[in-house]
Amino acid sequence: MAATDVDIFSNEEKRNLSLGGHVGFDSLPDQLVSKSVTQGFCFNILCVGETGIGKSTLMNTLFNTMFENEEASHYQNGVYLRPRTYDLQESNVHLKLTIVDTVGFGDQINKEDSYKPIVDYIDTQFENYLQEELKIKRSLFNYHDTRIHICLYFIAPTGHSLKSLDLVTMKKLDSKVNIIPIIAKADTISKSELHKFKIKIMSELVSNGVQIYQFPTDDEAVTEINASMNAHLPFAVVGSVEEVKVGNKTVRARQYPWGVVQVENESHCDFVKLREMLIRVNMEDLREQTHARHYELYRRCKLEEMGFKDTDPDSQPFSLQETYEAKRKEFLGDLQRKEEEMRQMFVNKVKETEAELKEKERELHDKFEQLKRMHQEEKRKVEEKRRDLEEEMNAFNRRKVAAETLSLSQPLKKDKDKKN
Amino acid sequence: NTATTKEHREKEYVGFATLPNQVHRKSVKKGFDFTLMVAGESGLGKSTLVNSLFLTDLHKDRKLLNAEERISQTVEITKHTVDIEEKGVKLKLTIVDTPGFGDAVNNTECWRPITDYIDQQFEQYFRDESGLNRKNIQDNRVHCCLYFIPPFGHGLRPVDIEFMKALQDKVNVVPLISKADCLMPSEIKKLKERLREEIDKYGIKIYQFPDCDSDEDEEFKQQDRELKESTPFAVIGSNTVVEARGQRVRGRLYPWGIVEVENQSHCDFVKLRTMLIRTHMHDLKDITCDCHYENYRAQCIQTMTSKMNADKRVESPIPILPLSTPDVETEKLIKMKDEELRRMQQMLQKMQQQMHEQDL
Repeated sequence: MAATDVDIFSNEEKRNLSLGGHVGFDSLPDQLVSKSVTQGFCFNILCVGETGIGKSTLMNTLFNTMFENEEASHYQNGVYLRPRTYDLQESNVHLKLTIVDTVGFGDQINKEDSYKPIVDYIDTQFENYLQEELKIKRSLFNYHDTRIHICLYFIAPTGHSLKSLDLVTMKKLDSKVNIIPIIAKADTISKSELHKFKIKIMSELVSNGVQIYQFPTDDEAVTEINASMNAHLPFAVVGSVEEVKVGNKTVRARQYPWGVVQVENESHCDFVKLREMLIRVNMEDLREQTHARHYELYRRCKLEEMGFKDTDPDSQPFSLQETYEAKRKEFLGDLQRKEEEMRQMFVNKVKETEAELKEKERELHDKFEQLKRMHQEEKRKVEEKRRDLEEEMNAFNRRKVAAETLSLSQPLKKDKDKKN
Repeated sequence: NTATTKEHREKEYVGFATLPNQVHRKSVKKGFDFTLMVAGESGLGKSTLVNSLFLTDLHKDRKLLNAEERISQTVEITKHTVDIEEKGVKLKLTIVDTPGFGDAVNNTECWRPITDYIDQQFEQYFRDESGLNRKNIQDNRVHCCLYFIPPFGHGLRPVDIEFMKALQDKVNVVPLISKADCLMPSEIKKLKERLREEIDKYGIKIYQFPDCDSDEDEEFKQQDRELKESTPFAVIGSNTVVEARGQRVRGRLYPWGIVEVENQSHCDFVKLRTMLIRTHMHDLKDITCDCHYENYRAQCIQTMTSKMNADKRVESPIPILPLSTPDVETEKLIKMKDEELRRMQQMLQKMQQQMHEQDL
């Protein structure tokens, strides 16, 4: 379409028309619903909390099933994330539920780096989605979305305030994921203590600028219930998969010598509220928020990092294509430059080594010459000595001969004398 | 006849059977003192438990830090001393608190201020004991340390193990399962077994109850057995009094029931109180004096003498007895060396004489 055509359409006024009869597009939401039901839904929960605080039990209680899991040990030397995916079905609705557990959280003596594996995991899921989105041949409609839709942060029921680790971790997570803080094992806090505890926690979160998930109040159907629930945060929950007989009913509860804590009794704990909010009312909104807010933020930051911009210096909108081309050229240029540099370096190195080798050769040659001369010198000396020795031998032989002849003539003389 | 037998018995009677009474009288007059340390993360109910144990309110206006302030908090040591009296017996009770332990994000060596404090008290006592005027020595040594383990986990955490190992040779460590009202009876049993296993496995030396004498009655022995089998104690504390079963008791009020602190089927608070105050308080003091303090003292002396041998200028701040008498071997050597020295001296004298004569 040429640029001028677009202008014509946008300048036209939008008019409201009234219909003369029933057209039938009011079935659009139903069509949407039936499509999504056939597709199936996908929901990812991240549970963050110290070992033994009741994360697995709460998941079992929420979804009314026994997800298989072994007890975690306190002696991990780091924090690990353990995602597990389950296929659940209720009526004709399929849910692909992924529960991500933080193993080893809060157990180390030095917890300064505890939040890092969690943040890395969330970012990786975003990254995977981004990669899929940027592909040329992509299949987003049957992509298994692993982005975390909700983070349930389990607070230990100390009754005083948040722990320092809680504050630090939630601050790192609040811009990446929807956080709902919950007070775990709430059957150890009495009503009055609970009230004070909740107020303290919320005020600490607010004063430190931690953004937790607010149940949406813009949809009239759920405004009222959501607004009232917002006031009950953080939810104080108790989880249990054991059943206890109370009166003539069997309910999920914890049996103490002093009484029975019923999980689904609203005056005992906020479990029912959590279930309502998390699953029955706002699940879809959580998914939407994750995609529209947290993921978009991640995507924008990532692309800006890579150098993409929405508008060029002249304020004309850039198309992704152009930016991509420009980036590619830049990248190739970089690559070539690097190649040149490396080649240059290689050549220089070769020259250097050659020079060194020549130097060494000369040295060796000199040495050889010197040694040769020394050798000749030695040889000459030895020759001289040999000649001297020969002379001496000759001299000695002559003297010997002379002496012998002398001694031979002497005895004759004596004999002659004697005879005379 | 009865008069004469009575007279006879009186003559045989020496009277030192009254010694226990004398000791009792003197000790009541002198009064007792006890120093208890509590350690554990914030929010585990330490102050509440101490209040419940001694039925007073020791922490009237304390300021609790925010999470933000605690991110890089250091461990402090605070002391509260109270004088309490019961049936004429006076007790000077000192509670040593350790706020900040385990609360920071990085808790490397967070027990160091605590071990330093205990060592300081030992050192102070050591100096006082070795001084010249020993009339009024104040004993500030820590007699017992209650360590609070959170009930939310599956057993000991690395920080628990390291803390107890750092303190096991300096003070009597009594581990407790805190806030036990969040555990059902089956869970308490499992956790206690797990903790006992892990304490064994990691070789942590906690305070062991002494075995009772074989001539005690069966009831006492039974009690003692039960006490030993239910360690570590799972405790609950409370600052409030509630109405339960027609009585006013210390407890916690929940929508689903009332937890009574002193009800033995609810928690081990009574056992802890019995052990800590009613039966074993003096044993804790004895072990601190005879065992932990003596270890410290022996170590201290050893390091001092080795330092002195290395550097002659170091003066000993305390009087040290000479080392044990040398054995036969070393005595022989010493004798030999003495002989040699004497001979050399003689030779030297002779040479000097010769030189002198030559000069003349």
